Amino acid sequence: LWKFSGRNKGQDHFSDMISNVLFNFVCNCVLLQIMELCGATRLGYFGRSQFYIALKLVAVAQSGLPLRVESLNTVKDLPLPRFVVSKNEQESRHTALYSSDADNPASYSGVIPPPPGRIQQRTSSDQQESTSPVVSPQQSPPTSPHTWRKHNRHPSGGNNERPLAGPGPFWAPFSEAQPGSSTSSDPIWSGHSPPPHQENWVSFADTPPTSALLAMHPASVQDQTTVRTVASATTTNEIRRQSSSYDDPWKITDEQRQYYVNQFKTIQPDLNGFIPGSAAKEFFTKSKLPILELSHIWELSDFDKDGALTLDEFCAAFHLVVARKNGYDLPEKLPESLMPKLIDLEDSTEVGEQTGEVGYSSSPAEAPPSKSPSMPSLNQTWPELNQSSEQWETFSERSSSSQTLTQFDSNIAPADPDTAIVHPVPIRMTPSKIHMQEMELKRTGSDHTNPTSPLLVKPSDLPEENKMSSSVKYTSGNTVTDGYSSSDSYTSDPEQIGSAVTRQRSHSGTSPDNTAPPPPPPRPHPSHSRSSSLDMNRSFSVTPGQQQAGVVAYPPAVPPRPQPSQGAGPHVHRPVDADGLISHSSTSPQQIPEQPNFADFSQFEAFAASGVNKEEDDEIETHSEALQVEKPSDSASSLRVAKADGRVDEKVPANVPSSGKGTTPLAPPPKPIRRRLKSEDELRPEAEEHTQKTGVIAAVLASQPSIPRSIGKDKKAIQASIRRNKETNTVLARLNSELQQQLKDVLEERISLEVQLEQLRPFSHL
Amino acid sequence: METGLFSGSVHIGIIYHPPQNYPLYIRSVPTENELKFHYTVHTSLDVVDEKISAMGKAMVDQRELYLGLLYPTEDYKVYGYVTNSKVKFVMVVDSSNTALRDNEIRSMFRKLHNSYTDIMCNPFYNPGDRIHSRAFDNMVNSMMMQVC
Repeated sequence: LWKFSGRNKGQDHFSDMISNVLFNFVCNCVLLQIMELCGATRLGYFGRSQFYIALKLVAVAQSGLPLRVESLNTVKDLPLPRFVVSKNEQESRHTALYSSDADNPASYSGVIPPPPGRIQQRTSSDQQESTSPVVSPQQSPPTSPHTWRKHNRHPSGGNNERPLAGPGPFWAPFSEAQPGSSTSSDPIWSGHSPPPHQENWVSFADTPPTSALLAMHPASVQDQTTVRTVASATTTNEIRRQSSSYDDPWKITDEQRQYYVNQFKTIQPDLNGFIPGSAAKEFFTKSKLPILELSHIWELSDFDKDGALTLDEFCAAFHLVVARKNGYDLPEKLPESLMPKLIDLEDSTEVGEQTGEVGYSSSPAEAPPSKSPSMPSLNQTWPELNQSSEQWETFSERSSSSQTLTQFDSNIAPADPDTAIVHPVPIRMTPSKIHMQEMELKRTGSDHTNPTSPLLVKPSDLPEENKMSSSVKYTSGNTVTDGYSSSDSYTSDPEQIGSAVTRQRSHSGTSPDNTAPPPPPPRPHPSHSRSSSLDMNRSFSVTPGQQQAGVVAYPPAVPPRPQPSQGAGPHVHRPVDADGLISHSSTSPQQIPEQPNFADFSQFEAFAASGVNKEEDDEIETHSEALQVEKPSDSASSLRVAKADGRVDEKVPANVPSSGKGTTPLAPPPKPIRRRLKSEDELRPEAEEHTQKTGVIAAVLASQPSIPRSIGKDKKAIQASIRRNKETNTVLARLNSELQQQLKDVLEERISLEVQLEQLRPFSHL
Repeated sequence: METGLFSGSVHIGIIYHPPQNYPLYIRSVPTENELKFHYTVHTSLDVVDEKISAMGKAMVDQRELYLGLLYPTEDYKVYGYVTNSKVKFVMVVDSSNTALRDNEIRSMFRKLHNSYTDIMCNPFYNPGDRIHSRAFDNMVNSMMMQVC
C-alpha cells in the first residue's frame, strides 16, 4: 500500500480513486455520508485526513453503526473497514467485520461494476472481476479504525490542504485486489496497527492507509519493503503533504489520466482523433449518471463545442463523471486543470494554465472554442487553413519579390480565419477549387517550399499586374508540384498543367480581389513559358534529355486546359526529337512571341529547365512549360532572354506541328535551358509559373497561328493580350455566374407564378 | 418553436419548430407577468409563421421577424427570430425598457442561436427536450441582465 501511497504522493487528487475504492466497501449512500463527514466533499478531494476519516467511517458503516462523527471517536473497537482485497484476506479478516456487511458486497457489486471497471482499467490491471473488489471490503484492516480514530482528532489539521497520497496506493491495490496476496498483508496490517497508535497522527495516518492499502493490494503490497516503506513513506508523505500546496480537486492524476487514455483508445484508437458525440454518449451513459448531469458534463468538457471529444476533452469529461459518481457536484465552469491542453500530468504547474489552446496538441486543427455558428465550418477548414497558412507563410516570405506579392501579402496578413475565407472563395470556380485543394495537398506533401510560395504568389500575381517573377514562381511551384506528382505520360501533363493553372486561378480567386485578374495570370504564364521556351530553344540547341523531361514535367502540371493541346504538340515532338526540350521549345516559341514579358518568362524557363534537369523525362515538358512561364516573370539577365529566344525558336517549329496546342510545348524547351542557369528550385517555381503561363498562352496561341514569332516584342504583346483576355474571361465568368443565379431566381418565380395560374385556371373557365 | 419571454425588460422563449411548436425554454426577467407574456409569445407565433411563409424562397433569413410593436397599448415589442431548422425564438421586450436598438436585439438573438447550437451539439440532449442546460441559463440570464 505504501508503495502506492509513495507513488501518489505527488498527487493531490484522489477523490476518484478513493471513491472507487470506497465504493466497493460501502454503498453509495454510506459513502456519501462518509465523504461528508470527513469533509472530503468540502474539499473536493480526499485529503489524507479525509481519507483516514473516510476509512474510519467505512469501518463504522461496515460495522453497521450509524455514521456520525461521534462514532468515530467513540467507537474504539470499531473494526477496520473491510476492504476486500482477496478472498483469502476475507477469510482471514472478516470474521469480526464481515458479519454486518454481509449484504454489502451484494449491493456493492451492483455499484462496483462501473467504478471498479474503471479503476481496474486505470491501473491497467487485467482484473475485471467485480467480485474481488467486493470481497476486499471484507478485509478491512483491523488496525485502521483505531488509528483513524486517533487521527480523527487531527483531521482538520493541516492535512486538509494536502493531497492525499494514501488513496492513490489505496486505490491501486484495491483495484488489483488479488486473491492470495492478502494473506501477507494481514500480518502487515496487524503489525502496523500497534505502531500507529503510538506514532504521531501523521505517521499514524500513514500507516493505517498503508495497511489498508496493503490489504487491498496484496499483490504489490506484500513486499516487506512496502511495509518498511510505510514508515519512510509516512514521513515522506507527511512532508509532501506539507510541502504540496497544490490544491486542485479537479486535477487528474497520472493513473487517472492513463486510465482515461486507455478508455479513449478503446473508443478511438487514434489519440489525436475525436470521439463522436454519439459514441461518447453511449460510453458515458454506462456510468449511469442521469442524462441531465451527463449533459452538463458534456457542456463543460466539449471545449470547442464541436460535438466531439478530443483526448483532452474526453479525459476532462471522464474525470467529471468519476467525480460526480463519487458525489462531487459538477462545477459550473470547467476547472482549470481540466481545460483541454492542460493534459500534462504535472501537479502544480497546471494549476495556472489557462484555456485549451496549448493543450490542443491533439487537435491543432480545432479552432479555438469560439462559439460562432461558423465554428463547425471553421473547424473543418482548419486543416485546410493550416495548410494554407503554411502556404501563406511561405508566400509572405516571397512577398518582397513583386508588387503582386505585396498586394497578396495584405491578403495573407489576416489570421487564419481569413484563410478560411480565402478558401471558400475559390468555390466559385469549382474546378479551380478542386485544383487548389489538390495543389494545397500537393504542397503540403511536396518537399518544396518554393512551390507553395509560388503558388501563393500566383494568386496575387493574377489579380495584379503580372510580374513574371511571381507568376513564374507560382507557376513553377505548381508545375513542380504537378510535375512531381505526375511524372509520366506527357499527355497527362497538360491536364495537370491545366489543373495547376486553374488552381492558380482559384488562388487568385481567393485573393481579396476576386476580380478577373486571377484567371488571366495563369494563362499568360503558360504562354510565356512557351515563348520563353522558344527562346530557350534557340539558345540551347541541344538540351539534355533529362532536362527536357524535367521541363516537360512542369508544364503538364501547371498549364491550363489550353495547354494540353500544346502539350500534345511537344509530346509529339518528344519522341521525334532526342532533345525533348527542343520539341517543347518548338511550341513555346509560339507562346513566347505572344507575350511581351516573355523575355522574363523565358528566363524563368531557363531556370526551370535547369532545375528540371533532375526530373524525369516525362516531366520535362511540364517543366519546360513552367520554365516558360517563369521566364516572363523573371526579369533576369539577357542570357535568359537569349535562352528564351532559343526556346522560342525551338518551340516555334514545334508549335507548327502542334499549332493548336497550348503553351506546354513552349515550356519544355526553355526549361532545360533555364536549368543551366539556375538552381532547381528556382526552376521549379518557374516551371510552374511557366506552366501556368503556358496555359494562358496556350489559350491565346490556340487562336493564333503557330508561327514562330519574333521574340521579345511579340512575346510581350502576346503576354499582355493574354493577360487582358484572362481578365476579361474572369469578368465574364463572374457575370455569367451572376446571371445564372438571376436566371434561377427568375425561373423559380416563374414556376410559382405558373402554379398560381394553374390554381386560378379553374376559375377562369367559370 | 420555442419562445422566450422577456418581461419588464425581457422575456425569451424558444419554440421548438417542428409542427408541435411548443416551448422549449421560457425565461422572464424581472417581473412576474409571466403568464401574460407566455400568452403573448404564443400569439406571436402566428405572426412568425406568417412571416416565414411569406418569405418563400428567401427562407433562411435569420434576421427577420422583427414584429415590431404588436400591441401599442401594451407598450411592448415582440421580436422574433427563426433558425434554419425552424426553431423560433421570440423575445418580448417592454417598451419602457427604452429602446433596445435593432442591433442589440439581433445580437441577442445571435447569442441565443449560438447557445442553442451548443446545446444541440450535446449528444445527451434530445431535440425536443426542454432545455435545462445550466450554461444556457447562465447565458440567458447574463443577457437579460444586460438589457434590464
